[in-house]
Amino acid sequence: MQEHHNNETHQISYSTYLLVWVSLLALTSITVTVAGVHLGDYTLFVALMIAAIKSALVINIFMHIKFEDPIFKVFLGISGFTLLVIFSLTFFDYIYR
Amino acid sequence: MANGTIAIDDKSFLEEGTTKKATGIASWLFSTDHKRIGLMYLIAIAIFFFTGAILGVLMRLELIAPGRTIMDAQTYNTIFTLHGVIMIFLFIIPGIPAVFGNFFLPLQLGAKDVAFPRLNLLSFWIYLIGAALVLISLFVEGGPIDTGWTFYIPYSVRTTTNVSLAIFAAFVLGFSSILTGLNFVTTVHRLRAPGMTYFKMPLFVWSTYATAWIQIIATPVIGITILLVVLERLFGVGIFDPALGGDPVLFQHMFWIYSHPAVYIMILPAMGVVSEIIPTFARRTIFGYRAIAMSSLAIAFIGYLVWAHHMFTSGISETAAIIFSFLTFIVALPSAIKVFNWVATMYKGSIDPQPPFLWVMSFIFLFSIGGLTGLVLGALVTDVHVHDTYFVVAHFHYVMFGGTGTIFFAALYYWFPKMTGKMYNLKLAKFNAALFFVAFNTLYFPKFIMGYMGMPRRYYDYLPEFQNLQVVSTVGSWLMIIVICLIIYNLLSGLLNGSKAEANPWGGVTLEWHIASPPPLENFHEIPEVTHEPYDFSQLKNMKYGLKGESK
Ligand code: HEM
Ligand SMILES: [Cu+2]
Repeated sequence: MQEHHNNETHQISYSTYLLVWVSLLALTSITVTVAGVHLGDYTLFVALMIAAIKSALVINIFMHIKFEDPIFKVFLGISGFTLLVIFSLTFFDYIYR
Repeated sequence: MANGTIAIDDKSFLEEGTTKKATGIASWLFSTDHKRIGLMYLIAIAIFFFTGAILGVLMRLELIAPGRTIMDAQTYNTIFTLHGVIMIFLFIIPGIPAVFGNFFLPLQLGAKDVAFPRLNLLSFWIYLIGAALVLISLFVEGGPIDTGWTFYIPYSVRTTTNVSLAIFAAFVLGFSSILTGLNFVTTVHRLRAPGMTYFKMPLFVWSTYATAWIQIIATPVIGITILLVVLERLFGVGIFDPALGGDPVLFQHMFWIYSHPAVYIMILPAMGVVSEIIPTFARRTIFGYRAIAMSSLAIAFIGYLVWAHHMFTSGISETAAIIFSFLTFIVALPSAIKVFNWVATMYKGSIDPQPPFLWVMSFIFLFSIGGLTGLVLGALVTDVHVHDTYFVVAHFHYVMFGGTGTIFFAALYYWFPKMTGKMYNLKLAKFNAALFFVAFNTLYFPKFIMGYMGMPRRYYDYLPEFQNLQVVSTVGSWLMIIVICLIIYNLLSGLLNGSKAEANPWGGVTLEWHIASPPPLENFHEIPEVTHEPYDFSQLKNMKYGLKGESK
């Protein structure tokens, strides 16, 4: 079952790649701009959200995960979830200090 | 096959390699055979362990009397750092997965090798490169690192010793760990023999699998942390050092986000070995197979949620301290599940107290002490009192050395006949195990008391009131080094002059006991079809190599 999936190559068009690249650049400039704006407690939250969107783009399109077997998505999901939990727990220190 | 040993036409992996040349060092260094790689790891790791142990004995010698005895304070600082770095990064973290995981994971799964044999060899080389970097860091200008194995900021940014190179070595070693983990996860998913469903896998496989996940997910965190420290040291970028505008507590967070899960990298494989040895010598199927398997995964996951229990006195928020203390108590549960199931397995078993089993008994006792004193450290009130004292030193030696270290020896004594085809001296091995137990408690139990009395860790000097206990501990270190030498002697003389081992000397039933000792190059002439539960001893009478080598 797994075999056939890997062999059928999924072509992503150049325009998609280009689009993703441009959006990554755009998101980066948003990060830089936002860093200058005073958002108080939300600064970090916004920066992390933008970073998350960027990673999602890279992982799905550039790293092809969107077109892979579900098992890889499960694996990545577990790792991502662990990371999320680690971040949240860390904030119990920084927010309440 | 006359007596269950190797048949004439059946060459073992020791006689036949994967390289063109069958003999010589190159047939090992370039071999992609998981068994040869496992043995090479064993040799390298044994050398480092011995070195680390000698450093430990030297420290104990310094501590035999107050004041300067055989070394000055700075030397003591570098020696405990080196001892820690060697024991953690070169011995106990790679330890069981790299040696016994490599050798036995494919065998227990009924596979011919791991999923990526070349990657496996690469990770061994990376391990060697990392070890070489540690060595180099000792001799180049600046001098050996003196920060302790935890590399805490701000000292590690400010000291002039060779911190950058030494921690870069840890970075490199991390890659070896990640690649091994990747290899094992893939192997478990793709190379199980027909009929081997997930719940027919031996428990050593389960625990190695859970460990592999931690290796993959947690190790990058220490990699990043190390790179940040190097950046800070080389270019003065302010990340952790408060003088540069950084946050030293952030370093501790990042360090322990890896290093706490890393303690489960150390202990989980050991728990897997225990789950193999107890059924074999109690001649009884394991009690609570699924509970043990699932508790490995539970430990792997909950292990990520407790790291800040190392930081209760570092000024983290009270809310965080309470949450992490609570979570720490939770993570004790899956470990306890395992201990109860092991004990229940022995109940009404027909126990055969061979050396591996005796080591496991030591383990249960020592690990339980280590685990329970961990709760003393996990509780906020008591931790404030004993933090950074000998109590901690005693605690982590009980879990790491008494836990994983003991099982490393147990695994050696259990699988040595399978790996080499030779048998060691059983009487001496039993004596070893007993002496180890005495030596261990003489060496480390006094440290609990001294810690409780207030003796701080990482000091080369102490107040006179501690001297009696310090001397007891030092005598323990002499006993310990004798035990270690005896083990090495017993195994080496078994290897060189030992009698031929039977293919199944203990009457085990997992797949590695279905083949000859030492195993042939590709393990199985035919990939086995798995029909039994992993610890179903009723199959013993029908096995090719039944009990005591009565072959069919
Ligand atoms: C012959 C065996 C051993 C002896 C005599 C020994 C002795 C010691 C001593 C005296 C210290 C320093 C205590 C202090 O001043 O704070 C120490 C620290 C330590 N030991 Fe051992 N030890 C032995 C084996 C092991 C093993 C097998 C491991 C790990 C698996 C280990 C891991 C550590 C670690 C991580 C430290 C802390 C280093 C630091 O403070 O940075 N030791 N040991
Ligand atoms: Cu911990």
